[in-house]
This record gives sequence, C-alpha cells and structure tokens, in this order.
Amino acid sequence: MFGNLFKKKRYIFEDESTMVVDLDQSAGRYYEETMSKLEIESYQGDEMVVNMGPQHPSTHGVLRLELVLDGEVVKKVTPHIGYLHRNFEKHAESISYNEVVPYCDRIDYLASMNQDLAYVLAVEKLIGLNELPEKVEYARVITCELNRIASHLVAVGTFGLDVGAFTPFLWAFRDREKILDLLEWLSGARMLYNYIWVGGLARDLPEGWLQKVREFLDYFEPKMVEFNKLLTTNHIFIERTAEIGVMTPEVAVSYGCTGPVLRGSGVKWDLRKDEPFSYYDKFDFDVPVGEGKFGPVGSVLDRYLVRIDEMAESVKIIRQALDGIEPFTAQDVQAAIPKRLRPAAGAEAYVRSETPRGELGFLIRSDGSDVPFRVKSRSPCFSNICMIDDISRGGMIADLVLIIGSLDIVLGCIDR
Amino acid sequence: MPVLNANLTLQAAQFANLPETLQTILFMVLGAAIFAGAAAVLALVGVYLERKISAHMQDRVGPMEVNTEIPVLKNIGHGWAQTLADALKLLIKEDIVPAEADKKLHLMAPFIVFAATLAGFSVLPFGPGLVASDLNVGLFYIIAISSFVVIGIILAGWSSNNKWSLLGAMRSAAQIVSFEIPASLALLVVIMAVGSLNLGDIVAAQAGGIHKWLIWWYPPFNILAFFVFFVASLAELNRAPFDMPEAESEIVAGFHTEYSGMKWAMFFLAEYANMFLVGVIIATLFLGGWTSPFGDFLNSGPFPVFWVTLKAFIVIFVQIWLRWTLPRVRVDQLMYTSWKVLTPFAFVAMVGAGIWMML
Repeated sequence: MFGNLFKKKRYIFEDESTMVVDLDQSAGRYYEETMSKLEIESYQGDEMVVNMGPQHPSTHGVLRLELVLDGEVVKKVTPHIGYLHRNFEKHAESISYNEVVPYCDRIDYLASMNQDLAYVLAVEKLIGLNELPEKVEYARVITCELNRIASHLVAVGTFGLDVGAFTPFLWAFRDREKILDLLEWLSGARMLYNYIWVGGLARDLPEGWLQKVREFLDYFEPKMVEFNKLLTTNHIFIERTAEIGVMTPEVAVSYGCTGPVLRGSGVKWDLRKDEPFSYYDKFDFDVPVGEGKFGPVGSVLDRYLVRIDEMAESVKIIRQALDGIEPFTAQDVQAAIPKRLRPAAGAEAYVRSETPRGELGFLIRSDGSDVPFRVKSRSPCFSNICMIDDISRGGMIADLVLIIGSLDIVLGCIDR
Repeated sequence: MPVLNANLTLQAAQFANLPETLQTILFMVLGAAIFAGAAAVLALVGVYLERKISAHMQDRVGPMEVNTEIPVLKNIGHGWAQTLADALKLLIKEDIVPAEADKKLHLMAPFIVFAATLAGFSVLPFGPGLVASDLNVGLFYIIAISSFVVIGIILAGWSSNNKWSLLGAMRSAAQIVSFEIPASLALLVVIMAVGSLNLGDIVAAQAGGIHKWLIWWYPPFNILAFFVFFVASLAELNRAPFDMPEAESEIVAGFHTEYSGMKWAMFFLAEYANMFLVGVIIATLFLGGWTSPFGDFLNSGPFPVFWVTLKAFIVIFVQIWLRWTLPRVRVDQLMYTSWKVLTPFAFVAMVGAGIWMML
C-alpha cells in the first residue's frame, strides 16, 4: 500500500527526458541540455518539473508552460507555443486580397475588427487608396473601439477569474454580450465579423444602430463603476497584484512589448496617438499609463488598471465618433471599394496599428497578381509572452497565473 | 393507522426482547444511516443554495429546467431537482483511476474525508435531548475529528500521483493545520465562559433569548472570538477566499484533480456537509444553538430544530456570499493571516475574556 511513498521521487522526473537547466543565473545566460534519466534522478534539491497546459484552466487557451518549481516557487518558465498554428501567412499567399480578411479575424479572435482594420489599412496603402468616405472611417473607429472594450472586458474578467473572483468575470461577460449583439446586428457574426473591407465596409450601418450604440455607452459607464467597486478596489485584489510581475520600462522596450503591457510599465506609447491611422487624430483622448499607485511601476496591477482606464477612453472616442458621423450618415459605405484589386508588381506596404493587445503590423508584398506574394504579420502577443520567464522567476504559481492573465495573450495571435 | 400503530408497538416489544449488544448495534446502524442520509440531503440543499445565490449575484438565474413531474412538487419550479439529477449522474459515471495511482489509497481518501465529516455530526445538538451522542467532551471531539479530514486530503493528493494534486494536498495540510490554532483558541473563550465542553451545556447557558447569546458575553472579546473562529473556519473548510487547495485557476483542481464520478462527489458532498457542520457549530457556540431568539416564545416542539437549522443556513449564506464576492488570497498571505493576524487576536480575545471573568 505504501509502495508509492518511496517511488514518488523517481516518478516526478520519469517522463522528462529534456530539461532546461539554469547554470548561470546571475549572468542571465541559460543553457539547454538534454539529460539522461540517470542524470535527472541525480538532480539536486527539491525542484520538480511541472507541465502547465495546454489544458490548464488559466493558460488562456493552449499555451503550454514548462515550469521548474521548488515547492510553490517558480524557478524557471519555458513557454511552448504552436498548438494553435493555422498557417495564416502561407495561406494568405494563395487567396485574393479580399479573401484574407476572414483569416485576419481568426488571428486574434477577441478583437477581430482591429485585426481586419490593420490588414485592410495595409492593403489600402499598397494600392494607394487614401481617400475614403467619412462615414466609413468613423464607422471603422466606432466598431474597433467597441471591439476594444469587448476585448478588454474579456481581459479584466478573466483576470478576475485568475485571482479567484468569479463574479466580476460574469459581469464583464454580461456587458460584452451587449457589444457582441451590436456587432452581430452589423455583420451577422458574433466573433469573426469580416466587416471591414478594403475601401469600405461589408454592409451599411443598420437603421437605429448608432442610437443603440449611444444607449449602450450610457448603460456601460455605470456598470464599470460597479465593476471597479467589486474587483479593482478590493483590498485582497490589490494585495495580490500590486507587487508582482514587475516589468521595468527597459525590459518592456527591449522585448518589443506593446499595448497595455508596455503602457503598464509607464511608457506612453500608443499608435493611435503617436502614429495615427484612420481617423484617430480627430479625437481627443488620453493614453493611460501605469502609475504604480500601490507598488512599483509595471506591476500586474498597473497593466490591469491601464486596461480599465482604456475602456473609459474608448467610450470617450466612440462618443466623439458618434457625433462626427452624424453629417455623413447618407453616404454609401461601398463607394470606394476597388472593383479590381491588383497592386503593381513589387509594391510593398507595412502598416502597424494599435489593437487591444498592442502593435499589430502587416507587411504585404505584391507580385502584380490578384493574390499577395507575401503577407507577414507582426503579432503583439508573441512579443508580450516572450518575457514571461524574466518577470515570473522567484514568484509563486499563483503569481505566475496572474502574470499570464495580465499579459492578456490570445494564442491565436501568438501562433497565427 | 391503528393497525400500523399496533404493528409498531409489537415491533418495539420484539426489539426490547433482543440481547442488549444487538440493540446497541442496531441503534448505531440506524443512527449512522439517519446521519448519512441527513448529511447528504443537507449537502444537496447546500449545493442548490450555492448555485442559486451565486447565480443571482451574477445576474443569472441559475438552474431552472430540472423539475419533476410529481404533481405537488411540480409547482415549486426553479430547477429544485437539479442537484438530485446531478447526484444521479455522478452515481452512474465511470470511475476513472489513473494508471499510475496507488489504487487502494485512491479509493480510501474520499471515504476518510466523508467519514470524518459525518463523525462530526454525531455530537451536534439539534434540540433538547436531540443529540446522537451527548459527549462530555463534545467540543474537543469536534476539533479532533475535523482535523481528520486533512489525512484524507493528503492521501488523495499523494495517491493520485499527479503533481498538481500533490501541490494541492500540501497546501491543504499547511492551511488546515495553521488555522486549527486560531480556531481552537477562539473556542477556548467559549469553554472558559461556560465551563464545559459539552455542547448541550453550552446551549443551555445561552437559553432565554437573543441577548443571552454567547456572542454578547464579555464585549468585545466574544465578538472578536466569533469573527476569528468564522474566518478560521472558512479556511478549514477550504472556502473562498481561502480555497487554496482547490484553486482551479492555479493548480487545476488541487487534491481532487484525478477524481471523477462518485468519488469526486464524496469530496464535494463532504465540503457542503462540512459547511453545514460549521454552521451548526457557530450557531451552537455563539448564536444560542437550538434556543429561540425570543426567549420562551416558539421554543418547543419542532421549533428547536427549526432555529438551529435556520441559524446554520444564515452562516452558510454568509459563506456563500463571501465566496462569490472576494478574490482568493495567496498562500503566503494565507499563512500571514493565520499566524500574524488571527492567532494574536484569538489570544487577545482569550486573555481579555479571562480578565473580564476575574473582575
């Protein structure tokens, strides 16, 4: 009956043929070694290798982390990605420019509008389409910002779930549902909209839609106050998050982190402000950055607070856009759609735009045919997840879960 | 009816003719069956309450569909039979045991947890004389038997041969052992005040209405002891915000990651039976037990059982309310809470109440 008692130590390492060993931690250099079973058995200390994911509840999808643990303390984290690889870039080489848009939806499925916009802007730059109807531009901003709120609601809601609070998660999803209803009315789909097309929109705005958006904003603002009362200002929540996963601005910049992850470290960098695309230069809004109110700047809490503040800023932008679109509601949203999409051979365009998760860039090169020669996408989540080892060492498993939650990764965006 | 009565009398007479040992054994078996049944029913009610209360806190309605076609019960609605259906489903589910698990220990663990929980019920007084075993060391017995749960949890974590289970079991052991201390110290205040470990005596000392309840004795020390015990009991129950051992976002499902079907249901039922156990203990020790809050008014017949159940369910409601409001604390913060906050406050309550008694 107690045979297991003495076998346990061996079991822990039995299935781990490859292990990452940290030989020179102080210099920041790590070596990977393949160890024989015998060597693993002689591995000193109380460390054990644990596989977290791809079916773990809080790796937000199919991320797999290989952890070296000493009790509950995390010694090393090695992310393994690729479980959701769908071959987007190669796929895009065999379908026409317009047909790529639905595939862009699937890159970051929580913010499809923003992905579509980034790709469509790149194609428009490629064919030199600069003048679009005002209604199209305003509608793009409204839908993208609505989608940004929806995406941030998922981020803060599941972050609540990671901290162990279930109610904020359902409250966030209740409000997100309202946004999904609005976007469903617009495009017929709840997640993968395929709404923004090259040169225009897939459908005209339905009658009364703008009024419903206004009603949603009026409903949403008090709900956010309620949400903050429940989770953001909770003492346990602040104690849990204020001092962990600290990312200095230097680290964040050197890893190429963008979006709320970068801004949480106090770097004021938002492409909507710094390199405005679409009509973002027409609006008055702030770029929230991490301030370190309860601990060091760049903590998990700062990244969370940036997202909370950004939702309020998005509401501000949508209100201005709703006012801005008023005079142009009679315009035809498909007037500027090119009849024939065949860019000049050798043309190349790179456009980056600010999605809820950071800087998404599309590099498109044409060979003169009606399918792209190459589409390269620069994903924000990939850069954001890369530094997880740096900021989670020495913390506990519970902290690691919060760090993953605060990076707000979408595996579709990492793997593409 | 007269026939039935006569029959019962006859059977009672036959029962009295049986040898004394056999009578005792029959009583024990009957009592155990009643307790197991009552605990299981209470646990099912607890599960239903948890689902409904959490649903209404989250702008949902919770289970609504599973009702029965039985004529009278049909009109209750609100999915009242959902937990029954769940229990039936769990009974017929496949029992999966991991290939590398220690099968005997894996089987034993849920029984130990459930048995330890049920054993706690045997000293709870539900009315005047309505107690299965009127131990003179009842409170001490409860403290001892509730610690037994941790053995089952460690066995479950260990025998599953899963690293997440092991982590959950280690957390649980550390947590339950740490929180025993403030909980027991808080109980000492009650023991000092009443001068008895017998739960019946403790209730008797509080008879006469709401103002006589132990929570109001020696203010503010007994109120302090009440809060210390309530928080510590949350931790011993593995309830949020102290649900570290089964924190699903961190260590999958903790010690019961590798359990399925009825074995898992036994952990689950034990958790809710434990909630009721703690509810009754708190009601008995601090809130007057089975006595009416209005003195002699409504203090006889079936009312004692009603009062103690009502008080227990109020405590359960607060437990559920906290769970769906608060985030989870971290392991080190948990230990901090136990050793640096609750234990000193429990000492303050104990010493303060002692000085008050001497004055």
